[in-house]
Amino acid sequence: MAPFASYEHLLRLATLFVVGIALFLGVRTLLVPDDYGLLGPYRASALTRNRTKPIAFAGQLACVDCHTDVAELRKGNAHERISCESCHGALAAHAADPAVAAARPDGRKTCAVCHVPDRSKPSGFKTVNFAEHAGDESCVSCHVPHAPRL
Amino acid sequence: MSAPDRREFLLQTGKLLVMTAAAAGAWDYVIAGEPEKTPNYDAAAHWWAMIIDVDKCIGCGLCVRACKTENGVSLDSDCFRTWIERYEIDPDDPEHPHVSSPNGGYDGFPPVTKEGVKTFFVPKLCNQCADSPCVQVCPVGATFQTPDGVVLVDKEYCLGCRYCVQACPYGCRYIDPQTNTADKCTLCYHRITRGLKTACVEICPTGARYLGDLKDPNDAIHEFLRTHKVHVLKPQMATHPKTFYNGLDGAVR
Repeated sequence: MAPFASYEHLLRLATLFVVGIALFLGVRTLLVPDDYGLLGPYRASALTRNRTKPIAFAGQLACVDCHTDVAELRKGNAHERISCESCHGALAAHAADPAVAAARPDGRKTCAVCHVPDRSKPSGFKTVNFAEHAGDESCVSCHVPHAPRL
Repeated sequence: MSAPDRREFLLQTGKLLVMTAAAAGAWDYVIAGEPEKTPNYDAAAHWWAMIIDVDKCIGCGLCVRACKTENGVSLDSDCFRTWIERYEIDPDDPEHPHVSSPNGGYDGFPPVTKEGVKTFFVPKLCNQCADSPCVQVCPVGATFQTPDGVVLVDKEYCLGCRYCVQACPYGCRYIDPQTNTADKCTLCYHRITRGLKTACVEICPTGARYLGDLKDPNDAIHEFLRTHKVHVLKPQMATHPKTFYNGLDGAVR
């Protein structure tokens, strides 16, 4: 019997393979997003989507850009390195448009966020028993938060 | 030394002017409230890392609140991108420290008054692992490491299968109840790519957090890492975290 006499079997098999591979490549092209794999095994556009979210905190530089007087007042005192937005809250809207008012922090609750006594706090961090020290009085009656030494 | 050649001088001055103009240009966008339009961020030129100075944390919870505000994180008590843990270690039973994190420290902590107990706060957040298990297990490529070393989630591509939530050895991932997809700390990617600090670093009143760029030779992070005894969480997991802890107690997991 001559070799490859019934080559039609092989032809059928080969056709099946070619069609299968073409089908796989076609479906894969349809399913894989265009930007997938540009930077790694993920959609490159996800980087842009993560980058373009709006900010809520303007950052210290934006604050002192206008409020130079407060920056000057804070120089050299214990609160100098605290960001404005630690006490005043997120102010990106105010930084973008000064007409948007910035809320005034509470003169006692804001101080208590940090200065209530707790043994878990590092030694040397200044804490005070508010009720004993001041009764119901607001902290800012005596202390200046931007220059906290009396 | 020869006097600077005129051509060299003009070249250097020109370069300086162009660079300053570029920085000023970026700043204009930030001030105008359109920082997303800031051009020219080269991700490959950065490799972000975080330092946590445990001895400075006072457990005020400002970072937890700022993070939720900045990133619009659900106020649910199981959705945190950063949270604070308090350790209380009884010297009579040091093997079993009591760890608490009421609402992640969002509302602060009730004060510890008990004497004779070793107690301290530890802020936690995504460790931005260089070899991250959460990235390895994602079946669809919805979580990945950016060229600047931040592990992010492609929330529109995520299936919500929760493999990554289980894979993270640090418990840093959660399921966003609104979208039912995985979410985590992005190291404020929308801020750091605009030249701002992360929200938690920005508002920490004691400077317990520091955002550094390991690819910037002038960044103070190199000096800090050289002069301090730092540690990472669970080094035995070989995840190579980029969140370094200074003054970390051996009891912290």
